[in-house]
Amino acid sequence: MATSLLPRHLSDNGAVIERHWQELSSRRRLYSWLGSGVLLLALSGSLWFANDSNAGKFFDRLPHFFDFVGDLAPRDGLEIFRAMFDLPSPYDDGSFKYNYPEGRLYLTESIYIPEYVHKMLETVNIAIFSTVIGTAFGFVLCFLAARNLMPNPWIRGIVRRIMEVLRAFPEVVIAGFFLAILSLGPIPAIAAVSIHTIGALGKLFYEVVENADMKPDEGLRAAGGNWIERVWFGMVPQVLPNFTSYFLLRLEINVRASTIIGAVGGGGIGELLRLSIGQGHQAKTLAIVLLLFATIFAVDQFSAWLRRRLVGEQAFQLAQ
Amino acid sequence: MTTTTRLNPMEMDAIASRHPDLLKSSTSSRVRTAAIAGGVVAYLIFSWWFFSIGHVLGNANWGIAGTYLADWVSYEVRPEIHVAPDRTMRLNYQRNSPLGPNPNPDWVELDRQTVTRQVAIPASTAQAVKPKASSSFSFMAPGSALGGTAAAETQNRVETRTEDVLTRVVVTYDRSTRIEIADGLVKATHGGDTFVMTVDGADTVRPQGQLPAWATQKRPGEKIVLAFGATGWAEVEGDEVSVRNRFFGWANFLFDTNSPFFGKSYGEVVALITSGEQIDPTRSNLSLAWNNILYNAEWQHLDVWTKLLQTVVMAFVGTLFASLIAFPLCFLAARNITPSFLTNQVVKRFFDFLRSVDMFIWALFFTRAFGPGPLAGISAIFFTDTGTLGKLYSEALENIDDKQREGVKSVGATPLAVQRFGVLPQVLPVFASQALYFWESNTRSATIIGAVGAGGIGLKLWEAMRTNSDWENVAYMVLLILLVVFIFDSISNACRSRLMGSKAH
Repeated sequence: MATSLLPRHLSDNGAVIERHWQELSSRRRLYSWLGSGVLLLALSGSLWFANDSNAGKFFDRLPHFFDFVGDLAPRDGLEIFRAMFDLPSPYDDGSFKYNYPEGRLYLTESIYIPEYVHKMLETVNIAIFSTVIGTAFGFVLCFLAARNLMPNPWIRGIVRRIMEVLRAFPEVVIAGFFLAILSLGPIPAIAAVSIHTIGALGKLFYEVVENADMKPDEGLRAAGGNWIERVWFGMVPQVLPNFTSYFLLRLEINVRASTIIGAVGGGGIGELLRLSIGQGHQAKTLAIVLLLFATIFAVDQFSAWLRRRLVGEQAFQLAQ
Repeated sequence: MTTTTRLNPMEMDAIASRHPDLLKSSTSSRVRTAAIAGGVVAYLIFSWWFFSIGHVLGNANWGIAGTYLADWVSYEVRPEIHVAPDRTMRLNYQRNSPLGPNPNPDWVELDRQTVTRQVAIPASTAQAVKPKASSSFSFMAPGSALGGTAAAETQNRVETRTEDVLTRVVVTYDRSTRIEIADGLVKATHGGDTFVMTVDGADTVRPQGQLPAWATQKRPGEKIVLAFGATGWAEVEGDEVSVRNRFFGWANFLFDTNSPFFGKSYGEVVALITSGEQIDPTRSNLSLAWNNILYNAEWQHLDVWTKLLQTVVMAFVGTLFASLIAFPLCFLAARNITPSFLTNQVVKRFFDFLRSVDMFIWALFFTRAFGPGPLAGISAIFFTDTGTLGKLYSEALENIDDKQREGVKSVGATPLAVQRFGVLPQVLPVFASQALYFWESNTRSATIIGAVGAGGIGLKLWEAMRTNSDWENVAYMVLLILLVVFIFDSISNACRSRLMGSKAH
């Protein structure tokens, strides 16, 4: 069958090569088809399963797609800004149904921070604080996990496994555990986000360390430097720009993470958002979503700008 | 003249004085290091104050932490010994005791006697159908009404009964720890010390002698808590001794207490399944056993597995769809492929929008649209990841080598063929690798959006933690999640290294 497809004018050697090439390509085609078939099967099975175990079915619910948006439509556009800045706003019936000024945080007698801005600051601070803690621990651990600085495979392996577990351990569980001990507040969120950050940054950090130039290290070893001196004078100056870049990248991710953790009980803006959706208060919800959007956008832009200034384009890798 | 690189001190000084900037770091850089370190320290102090961490940690209940941690890998059996004023006793177990409906463990030793005694029955519960259940609370009611109205007391009837009652109960925790209750005396032995308490069957308990280190009493007469470390603890009140005996392991992991297979060893279960007589006439023993495992009331295996599968499916479908949609769009966003500035910017800002509305908000949005469940989770992951993957894909496209494209173009290929043969072979491995990476990381993040109702195991985890008593179920689910994450990590890593070689890591 295959020989009949061969061009006539080939020499014997040419025909062998041609036949081999055709065999290879037909096998490749077979694999591609098989792969796509398996993928398609998995996909349709998954879709069926997801649809089946969902509370509403996809096609039944599709007309309700924009329900959420419809629910959010405030009765007047300015209401959102009143909600955001805690300005008093009479309701339809003239009553102060939602007492915005109640949430104000007064700095002096007349200067106040609106509730949501305050909570957003808290959330951002949770993110910064836990990123700093995670970076500090990741910084220490990464040198123990890097192949080029820690020749002992046992210590390296143990540190790496610890970081893997810290990374993969569900944040909800850590937050829930600390919530049970410490009661409501931002600290469970800090614990959950920091623990995840240690694992995630530790991994990125030790990969940077493993790619570092070993010549300064050799120099220090030749001069009789001990391990800490080798790390501090040989490694740290090299890897610091990359570490900073990863720190900033992680900061972006953690701002999001701390809003989510807040929603499951860790304080901050996430909790307010969940409450306000639960109570069906459109203006508040919109105000919070707007604030979230603006903050995340601002943090993204700021850290991208800073990273570009610090290390140039090269450090725009993935981090999760 | 000798050729050596070794300098004498004078030359060295001369060089140092000529180039001070080389040998000494500049003032500004030294100041900068100090300033950054100082800034970080100041920030940490500020945060300590801002979150009042010291205060919160001081108020934390670390005893609970120990109990919760122990709950992950162990379970408690809680016999409660009620002591009546006439020093007779009754023994109750918790309602869903892990030892089954009629527990009779060998670490509880009972002495019985038949005595004629007077039983006070409060009027409100006298008509209750189950005298046993009502009398279990009857000792509380007179005790709490002692200083109260006389009307409550006059309504109580006193009956004379002949009953089989407990006169002595011995609970053995382990070799060095036991509690013996008899004649209104509670004798606790732990670590070589023996500590005796007097209970009056109503509301006061008095220690005899000094309290040992493992016993605490907040106010005289109030309950005494005995802590025996990892083996458990006990609470002694005037009319009740609550025993908490802790055992290592997960109780009833396969069969719950209602199952006919409950309490049997593995060998017995296997024998029953293979050759025992049929328990349920409508089905074989094997299918009954399997059914009992799946619908285990405490561990809810089927439900947990379904939810875990939902999480996996959410990550898989969400990421797959996201990469399918991001794939054509990224060609529009890359400025070297699509020369139109306007199209580039529109598509890129669209990606930004999808990304910066957080996955969490998308999850809330879609939970409202589709109802709670994996469809909401899939959509949330799909929307966020379309943004992220689109951005990454278009950056990969902008970094490609132009020579291949030119080569394909030079032979007169159509624009579509240029993309197919000049661009795709370069970027496809990168695209696939990034999609795999996100599949893996979404398996992790899907647990968390589940907690707000977007399907998957997150909600189940959150519910188990909310009750504060099912930490062994939490441990089980966490182990399953870790297992799944590690399996997918290695699958995705293997796929990526085949696609890209070792440089992807």
